Amino acid sequence: MANHYSVAQSAQGVLETNKVLKNTYLLLAATLGFSAVTAMLSMALAMPSWVYLVSVIGAMVLGIFVLPRTAQSAAGVGMIFLITGMLGFGLGSILSMYLALPNGPGIIATAFGGTAVIFLGLSGYALMSKTDFSFMGGFLFAGMMVVFVAMLANIFFSMPALSLAISGAIIMLMSGFILFDTSRIKSGAETNYIMATYGIYLSIFNIFISLLQILGIMSDD
Amino acid sequence: MELFLKIAAAAAIIMLLFYMWPAFRTWQENGPKAEKGDWQAALLPLAAVVGFVVFLILMVR
Repeated sequence: MANHYSVAQSAQGVLETNKVLKNTYLLLAATLGFSAVTAMLSMALAMPSWVYLVSVIGAMVLGIFVLPRTAQSAAGVGMIFLITGMLGFGLGSILSMYLALPNGPGIIATAFGGTAVIFLGLSGYALMSKTDFSFMGGFLFAGMMVVFVAMLANIFFSMPALSLAISGAIIMLMSGFILFDTSRIKSGAETNYIMATYGIYLSIFNIFISLLQILGIMSDD
Repeated sequence: MELFLKIAAAAAIIMLLFYMWPAFRTWQENGPKAEKGDWQAALLPLAAVVGFVVFLILMVR
């Protein structure tokens, strides 16, 4: 009897995990689509580049102080659309800058395709792997702290080599976060699909921006 | 970048550092530790990402 109970409990846990995973990917697809719409709107309105910084700071404040409080309710869905919409709007102003470069459309397309391949490859790997990547948490958070300090220094020193190194480090850390976040959903450690979507969305967004910067610098445009 | 934007960006990063500090401490002290073979399983896809980014750079040059 106890064995039957354990099997039923385990099956229920798997179903719950699959539900979180499915909802996360559905919401992720919807928020990425919404970001693309707001990015196109921003490009159509020819927003200046400082809009990116304002949007990122605004989205960050909402993500830190408002989203965690609303994530357990339906308001959380609206909040994540607001945050990702703002990030997309900011991204549009950066894309306008890249489109003005001689090889700009090619760089954007390569960064977009590259981000999609990295995300799909890593998510697939994390879902298929037997390894629980939550052990990477300490390393990833330590890495982020180091990157933030380097970013802080680079705001005032503006060194291209440091920018390149930071972008490379962000791609590696965000790749690690995709493994980490996907693994946490798979193992049932993350049960809130809104927060799970937010984490994976930020990883994708940061990989895209960093890849755009690396390809922009390395293409000599 | 104008000085005002630089200060705003710096303030945002400092806020992020403060926000992430408790998570960093928690994961350092109480996070699960790697078992044998775990790092190998993580470094393999990350090395593939490095190789792929190098490939993308060569594509745009």
